[in-house]
Amino acid sequence: MRQEDEIVRRQRERARIMALLLGAFVVLLFFITIAKTGMNW
Amino acid sequence: MPTMEMVNPAALPADWRDILALTKPRVMSLVVFTGLCGLLAAPELPPLVLGFTAILCIALAAGACGALNQWYEAELDAKMRRTAKRPLPAGRMERQSALHFGVGLGGFSVVLMGLATNWVAAVLLAASILFYVLIYTVWLKPRTPQNIVIGGAAGAFPPLIGWVAATGQISALPVLLFAIIFLWTPPHFWALSLFVRSDYAAAGIPMLPVVKGIEPTRRQIFLYSLPMAAAAIAPWLLGLASSIYGVCAIVLNFVFLVLAARVLANRSAEPAQMEPEKHLFAYSVFYLFALFTALVADRWIAS
Repeated sequence: MRQEDEIVRRQRERARIMALLLGAFVVLLFFITIAKTGMNW
Repeated sequence: MPTMEMVNPAALPADWRDILALTKPRVMSLVVFTGLCGLLAAPELPPLVLGFTAILCIALAAGACGALNQWYEAELDAKMRRTAKRPLPAGRMERQSALHFGVGLGGFSVVLMGLATNWVAAVLLAASILFYVLIYTVWLKPRTPQNIVIGGAAGAFPPLIGWVAATGQISALPVLLFAIIFLWTPPHFWALSLFVRSDYAAAGIPMLPVVKGIEPTRRQIFLYSLPMAAAAIAPWLLGLASSIYGVCAIVLNFVFLVLAARVLANRSAEPAQMEPEKHLFAYSVFYLFALFTALVADRWIAS
């Protein structure tokens, strides 16, 4: 495996994980807002 | 078959597994557990999502502490067998990346805690990170054999933070939970440091067995176990927990003291013959899990 290939593979892997974490954070913020504003679903 | 011969690890972006390893996930599990117990033992529970966020923030802060600790101690870690394979000493990650990750994660956890629960909990969380990194890692650990005694306060914060995240106030029970972990830390770490003392000596860390010797450390383990047991039974004696917790605390502490007495009686200086020390170290982890589980069970059954 060439170094460039390994760099791209790791960047893709990290980008995917970062996207998942950001998505989870947005969902978490949504539910925190609901809880803080007292809307009990 | 592809080979990695052309790959220079230092030139690569860090693997996500190495970033995760920076957070010391095994240490984090105990921190998360005690924080969760502090939250669940509180008289009033926050909404589920806010409780979850509080525990998440405690976990992220613990991860930040782990990353900053590994950033600062990268050269020391390289000298010890137990830590030489960590991402920084093994050269799989740049030190600067660990610093940025640790500071970012710590700052994020404090702000999120403040926004989701309350700012008293956020201030306590910030204090615990600063205490662990600045007071323990940078100041005490490389300078004094009492490093674990005072540094133990950093690990004692989570149940207090969990409680304050739920209630917004500090009261007697969470302070006792703080005291239990604070007094538990020296016997726990000194038991470990007895059978890995050559590692600490090689790295130049002044742990008690390295500076004062094996027998004084065994004495200190036993002596610190006594106030720890008193603090652990105190919630029942003070009427802050019922007899369910009281019985569990008495049994758990009796076994702890028996194992500490076996350590005190051991005369061997060879790590291979330090079975009492290894038993005490393993039991001390179980002890903390069991004691805090008993407290939460007691609170829930009683209510």
